[in-house]
Amino acid sequence: MSDQILWFATRGAGTVSTIMLTASVCLGLVTVGRFQAAGWPRFFNMELHRRVSLLAVVFLVVHVLTAILDPFTKLGIAAALVPLASTYRPVPVALGVVSMYLFIAVIVTSLLRQRVGQRAWRLIHWSSYLMWPTAILHGVFAGTDAFSVWMLVVDAVCLGAVAMSLAWRIDAGSPNRDSLASVVAASSWRPAGRRDGR
Amino acid sequence: MMAGRTGPELVLFVDRIGCDGYGTCAELLPEMITLDEWGYPIMRRDPIPTHLLPYARKAVDSCPVLALRLADPGRVTIGVAPVRTPAVQPAAVGVRSRRDTKPLRTGR
Amino acid sequence: MNRRILAGPSLAGGAESLDAHRERLGPLPGRMDSRELIATLERSGLLGRGGAGFPVGRKWASVASRAEGQAVVLANGAEGEPLSAKDRILMATRPHLVLDGIELAAAAVGAHRIVVYVGSEHQDAKRAMSRAVAERRNARRGRRTAAGPGVGSGAGSAIPMRLIAAPVGYASGEESAAVHFVNEGDARPVTVPPRPYERGVAGRPTLVQNVESLANAALIARFGDAWYREAGLGETKGTALITVTGAPQSGLTEIELGTTIGEVARLCGIESPRPVMLGGYFGGWLAGEAAWPMALDPVSLRAAGSAFGAGVVSFLEPGACGVVTTARVMDFMAGSSAAQCGPCVFGLRAIADASARVARGRGRQDDTRRIVGWIESIAGRGACRLPDGTIGFMASALRVFRDEFDSHQNHRRCTAPHGEGRAA
Repeated sequence: MSDQILWFATRGAGTVSTIMLTASVCLGLVTVGRFQAAGWPRFFNMELHRRVSLLAVVFLVVHVLTAILDPFTKLGIAAALVPLASTYRPVPVALGVVSMYLFIAVIVTSLLRQRVGQRAWRLIHWSSYLMWPTAILHGVFAGTDAFSVWMLVVDAVCLGAVAMSLAWRIDAGSPNRDSLASVVAASSWRPAGRRDGR
Repeated sequence: MMAGRTGPELVLFVDRIGCDGYGTCAELLPEMITLDEWGYPIMRRDPIPTHLLPYARKAVDSCPVLALRLADPGRVTIGVAPVRTPAVQPAAVGVRSRRDTKPLRTGR
Repeated sequence: MNRRILAGPSLAGGAESLDAHRERLGPLPGRMDSRELIATLERSGLLGRGGAGFPVGRKWASVASRAEGQAVVLANGAEGEPLSAKDRILMATRPHLVLDGIELAAAAVGAHRIVVYVGSEHQDAKRAMSRAVAERRNARRGRRTAAGPGVGSGAGSAIPMRLIAAPVGYASGEESAAVHFVNEGDARPVTVPPRPYERGVAGRPTLVQNVESLANAALIARFGDAWYREAGLGETKGTALITVTGAPQSGLTEIELGTTIGEVARLCGIESPRPVMLGGYFGGWLAGEAAWPMALDPVSLRAAGSAFGAGVVSFLEPGACGVVTTARVMDFMAGSSAAQCGPCVFGLRAIADASARVARGRGRQDDTRRIVGWIESIAGRGACRLPDGTIGFMASALRVFRDEFDSHQNHRRCTAPHGEGRAA
């Protein structure tokens, strides 16, 4: 059992990390969409998004470390740091590595947001749209539990949650900024009068 | 403009172009920020009281577009144009002048 | 004595040629040290004519101190205020006076580049300026200049000059908007520092100066600050161009600063006091009785809570309705927003909508009261001065036309004889 503990830890931490990441993505989407409800002010979205992301870091670290240290997997450090360096399922593991790097970039720029500046931060944050699916695919194809019932349920729920949040976000749009130009262009003076000073 | 000091006074400063009316600032610092009917912040211009500084920093951090900042009042003009009330001035004597006229097209 | 900038041939005759200009005014003084010129401008007390009224000499000094030979001069003739015509007419009829001022400025601040910023819809001005630039280029090629280094060799400098057409829009003539357009093709004002005099066009210290101010500088360089200060009836010396509308003889006039509004009215054919809009859409209404004795002097007007602005004096035509006129102006200004800041966009539109309703006699119960609330709420919350100026204008309208607004709102009646707001 004890030699399996690292193996269980890798799979468990990986799964939890995926769930945390999914929750973070959903919360990020509703932050932009300005979700709020009774007893749920807007700043909750962002605060939870940040805290859940940091939790995901913890589980990701556990996942990677236990995967490297586990003698059973025969993955070395190189496999975790260099895409396609793994001898075991190189492409799916590489997806995980790529996702990890993107995640690190997002976390670092977010922690240093005030120093990095809004534009740079935003650009890197957009890579989350790549990072999350890559993580999911890594789980499905590199993981050994992918087709067990509980894992399928977890994956389905994650996909569903992100799909719903994305749809909601697209629908909510950017309510203020999008309408600024059209409000300016409207005329208060019907029928469409001359825009002059008389 | 990121304040890490105590002592010198700080005021709230918002990048008006960047602000998109998210409103998290008003949720976290209601003592100094209220929202107008369109969701944009109306801020008190006086220095932030010391006991509210932590909340002010939280509010700055919570802005999704980094529009809210804490600033040194001396370095930032938080101008407002006073709504003008004209008064009557004593007359000065004018001198008749010749001038050319050119008919104007008024308005656009 | 008052026709200084507009002295010379009739304005109806079009652009004054380079030869006629030189013959009338003589060449620019050669060998004028730039520091000396800036000091002369400061002594003259010349204030900028773009609307802000900032001392010209001081502005040149602050750019010169940072220039290191790499400054840019942006001659601003964009004239976004629709009621103002002075800049376009000045450029269309006295292009060489403006170009003199531009070259003086370029030499004085140490510029390596000149931009002439003209409204894209002002065809006469654009044509006259580009022809004048070509005239100077030909003159430079065709003659050897005797004057040496220093300001104003008289034959024109060889500093590269570009004519840029400003997009139509109220704010496109604002200082930071002009620089923004030249740099990035976006004529919206920006508030982020640095200001143009620190870093403007292509990141260089940029002198953004109104064309009328430059024309004045060209005259001061020739005739001196004492000469400049001979005109002027009050605290502010010199003459200024003003655009008059709503009068039997509307048009462009040059007045001695300090001339009263009443005097201008009489010159333009108006006998009895009537409401007047001062400073264009960015200014405000004044009631006739209050306005008539007021001196057109930037300093005294500011002390009185009004503004000289770009020198627009707009009389309300007899029989016209102040409420309707105000509502149309508000609609225009709300539509002129750069659409960058929420309070400006939504606030000005709300005020414009409400005043349009009131003007048409369909005002809701508390429209006028809500307008006052919006005025207080929007103040100071835009990135540029457009919302502040506009709400100042609206506030002045509510004061001057209080009875008329009351009639429109509460009785749905327009009291003006030819008012368009005649309600059902």
